[in-house]
Amino acid sequence: MAEPKADRSRAERPLSPHLQVYRPLINMVMSIIHRITGVALYFGTILLTWWLTSAAVGPDYFNYVSSIFGSLPGRIVLFGYTWALMHHMLGGLRHFVWDTGRGFDLVTIDRLSWGTLIGSALLTAAIWYSRLTTTGVAL
Amino acid sequence: MSMRTPLKSVRHLGSAREGAGHFVLQRMTGVANAVLAVFLVWLVAKLAGADYAAARALLRNPFVSLGLLLLILSGVMHMRLGMQVIIEDYIHGEGAKLAVLALNTFFAILIGVASVFAILKLSFGA
Repeated sequence: MAEPKADRSRAERPLSPHLQVYRPLINMVMSIIHRITGVALYFGTILLTWWLTSAAVGPDYFNYVSSIFGSLPGRIVLFGYTWALMHHMLGGLRHFVWDTGRGFDLVTIDRLSWGTLIGSALLTAAIWYSRLTTTGVAL
Repeated sequence: MSMRTPLKSVRHLGSAREGAGHFVLQRMTGVANAVLAVFLVWLVAKLAGADYAAARALLRNPFVSLGLLLLILSGVMHMRLGMQVIIEDYIHGEGAKLAVLALNTFFAILIGVASVFAILKLSFGA
């Protein structure tokens, strides 16, 4: 009669193809980066809240927190945060285009995807370049 | 294993009255965030190299306070909805999912309330 044979039959069964069988396409990569930058920004809000709180606490604590953000590791994190914000924002705008039902042909998908990547790099560079010219401190 | 469809177990329990609410709110807060991100970049540029007195003076400006409040409120709503989708995608155990979804909500509220408190304290005279 029917014996439990779930394990045996499971091993024999072919698996449906998953991500690893496909050559990565730019829109696939931008899709997962949109999610990853979203998670980064989610936890990155701790930094904004921490900084606002430090300003509300007083000058000593504000200067302490500012010195952490101003250190090299701090600036690298903020640089990454800038890029994540710009990338996620442009990715969101791309989704707004798709939400209207437009831009689903392959050429446009590729252009929007590359545009997200290149645009986020350019915006991040522009923001940090303006910081360099106002404060004289690079990255 | 039940032969009933999941629909059977929810029918007549009333609608959740949510519909596309999650989708729409995610887009609405997304539009707001895109505008408020420009404000954030402007604010950070203005704060570059500022000492405490200058930073506090800027943060006490009512328009800056207003922009920050809108940014924080729209931001935490948006990030809570986004993280909710990620949790529902990757965490399959019912108990663990509920627990992490609750943590997600608590985190968004904590970030929101702490930020709003700091902004208001600065605005009303810290």
